[in-house]
Amino acid sequence: MPTNEAVQDIGLDDYKYHFITEDEPVFRSGRGLNEKVVREISAQKGEPKWMLDFRLKSLDIYNAKPMPTWGGDLSQLERVLGDIFFYVRPQERMERSWDDVPANIKETFDRLGIPEAEREILAGVGAQYESEMVYHSLKEEWEAQGVIFDSIEDGLRNHPELFREHFATVVPPGDNKFAAMNSAVWSGGSFVYIPPGVELETPLQAYFRVNQEQMGQFERTLIIADEGSRAHYIEGCTAPVYSTESFHSGVIEIVVKPGAHFRYTTIQNWSNNMYNLVTQRSLVHENATMEWLDGNLGSKLTMKYPSCFLVGERAHGSILSIAYAGNGQHQDTGGKVIHAAPRTSSSIVSKSISKGSGRASYRGLCKVYEGSTDAKSNVECDALLIDEAARTDTYPYIEIDENQSTVGHEARVSKVGEEQIFYLMSRGMPEEEAMALIVRGFIEPIARQLPLEYAVELNRLIELEMEGSVG
Amino acid sequence: MSDAPILKTADLRAKVTDEEIEILKGVDLEIRPGEIHAIMGPNGSGKSTLAKVLAGHPGYEVTGGSAFFDGQDLLELETDERARSGVFMAFQYPVAIPGVSIANFLRTALQARLEDGDELDLFDFQDILLERMELLEMSPSFAERAVNDGFSGGEKKRNEILQMAVLEPALAIMDETDSGLDIDALKVVARGVNTLQKERPEMAVLLITHYQRLLNYIQPDFVHVIVDGRIVRSGGPEVALSLEEGGYREYRQLQSTVSAA
Repeated sequence: MPTNEAVQDIGLDDYKYHFITEDEPVFRSGRGLNEKVVREISAQKGEPKWMLDFRLKSLDIYNAKPMPTWGGDLSQLERVLGDIFFYVRPQERMERSWDDVPANIKETFDRLGIPEAEREILAGVGAQYESEMVYHSLKEEWEAQGVIFDSIEDGLRNHPELFREHFATVVPPGDNKFAAMNSAVWSGGSFVYIPPGVELETPLQAYFRVNQEQMGQFERTLIIADEGSRAHYIEGCTAPVYSTESFHSGVIEIVVKPGAHFRYTTIQNWSNNMYNLVTQRSLVHENATMEWLDGNLGSKLTMKYPSCFLVGERAHGSILSIAYAGNGQHQDTGGKVIHAAPRTSSSIVSKSISKGSGRASYRGLCKVYEGSTDAKSNVECDALLIDEAARTDTYPYIEIDENQSTVGHEARVSKVGEEQIFYLMSRGMPEEEAMALIVRGFIEPIARQLPLEYAVELNRLIELEMEGSVG
Repeated sequence: MSDAPILKTADLRAKVTDEEIEILKGVDLEIRPGEIHAIMGPNGSGKSTLAKVLAGHPGYEVTGGSAFFDGQDLLELETDERARSGVFMAFQYPVAIPGVSIANFLRTALQARLEDGDELDLFDFQDILLERMELLEMSPSFAERAVNDGFSGGEKKRNEILQMAVLEPALAIMDETDSGLDIDALKVVARGVNTLQKERPEMAVLLITHYQRLLNYIQPDFVHVIVDGRIVRSGGPEVALSLEEGGYREYRQLQSTVSAA
């Protein structure tokens, strides 16, 4: 894992990568967040006026809202925010060279067995991804079915009505301070539309798209799964996302229309200096199903609670999350389910692993509004502590205004036991191997929900993280 | 059966880590390839401790004496090294490893026996596993279940026996200290040991049991009675039969005479 120095060594404003040419002026916003920056971003993107107005209004909301005091420790954040660039043009970020990527990150890529071409993308230095051809043929297939899978900028440009109808309807800027920030300065992310009745076998992978538009610090994704459609979207991957920025605040909005079935999978592994504050929310209509599968590794602090607002009868929401908190890391994650219609159902399964000085917190909300008769919800939190110092805590908030509903909550904390280790070692496994196998077993209920290559990578990554945790 | 012993302990002494009192107070034992030894004794006599000490349980500390396995100093080896050299202990109450299938568990255990850089061939492994399961009359679907997770007593034993069959130890230590109540589990162990020893006659077995009952199903070559951390009598199967009739009382008396002397 990179140390802060290693990351800072690259330098955000390293002048030698500032190639200024006449026909391609490089744009970089000043440090910190203010109206000028917001106007510049909007102008750079050539946005319609309504979007500029939306951004400016969001900035006001951001400035008016106090820094949250619940969750993780944000006391150092003001300083971090005063020092970062809120907008850097994607082209410019790609100017970094492979040689600048710290050795420990390269080593991790090596040990994960990530192909060369992908490594460069992941390290934010690559321009071409060799399976682009694969992506293009898939894209043609999708387009033939009317599926839109574009950058968020292209979505706004090419599908203005569809975009405006849904944008910020699931996560309004006033929702929380960081949603407001993202609404003011968003850049990058995906725009996805699945037409009625279309079922996609192959997952839509943001991964294929990152070569065109680097994953942003303030990415914004808007997904609309129209009636009766079925699709799976995968964001990120398990290899460490190497970023010189120390702050990431995304907003993901998903509208799941009646009878649709949508799954959103994200596995992210940030460098250790990163504040990762993300709002992920879905609006789930009648007979529709939304599934979040959320994996969080790395970062200094992650605060992320994928949510399902079950607004139609028999809507179903499911949240599966896994968090790994290593030394010095705090994963404050969980999920929210809001039952606002009869016969809605939900389930949250949250698993966390803490090691060393790592801390994993489950924070979840289950709210059942009056009138949501026969709503059912079940929450299961499972924490695994690797050693004595590791810490875990659970903050389940349950608010029930409807008597005719069933809500279950179960929390378990386990330590990797001496007897388990002895049992495995008595079969010939070295201690580290034994520990890794126990952890693999612990995350298995989540790993088996992942596409195979992601599950394999997740396992390998956790094994790498676990190294040195023994003895 | 006149080979060099596969296991030889001399004056082996041990205590629970962080405690003062010795539980094993000098155990001398010699087991040759292919032999079946039964160790019997009353509760608290140290028989289960002997099994755990031989397997390398971290909760026990050897305070004196020696133990050699296949010519190597067993006490110098870590638990996993002992296992890879051919020591296997079937647990009395094996723990659950949720989310890890028996197949995956065994594959990892076999992989650990290979040289660095060698990969266990998955098809070979599958063949071995299925063949072993067939020998033991187990359904292949059993290997897909998570290790001991929600298993009945009999299923746990089946799992231990399957592991023993796949790992092919030179010495199998069966800790059946107080399984006397579960006759089903007992039969699983007995049938397993008999089947596997028939197939690999060189495998030595050390049966640790409180009751004579297990010995109705497995015929031991030698029976040792352990009382208060020492083997007080060794002999053939007839020793077990006399225990059946007289219980451990006479040995306790013998022991107090010895202690008093």
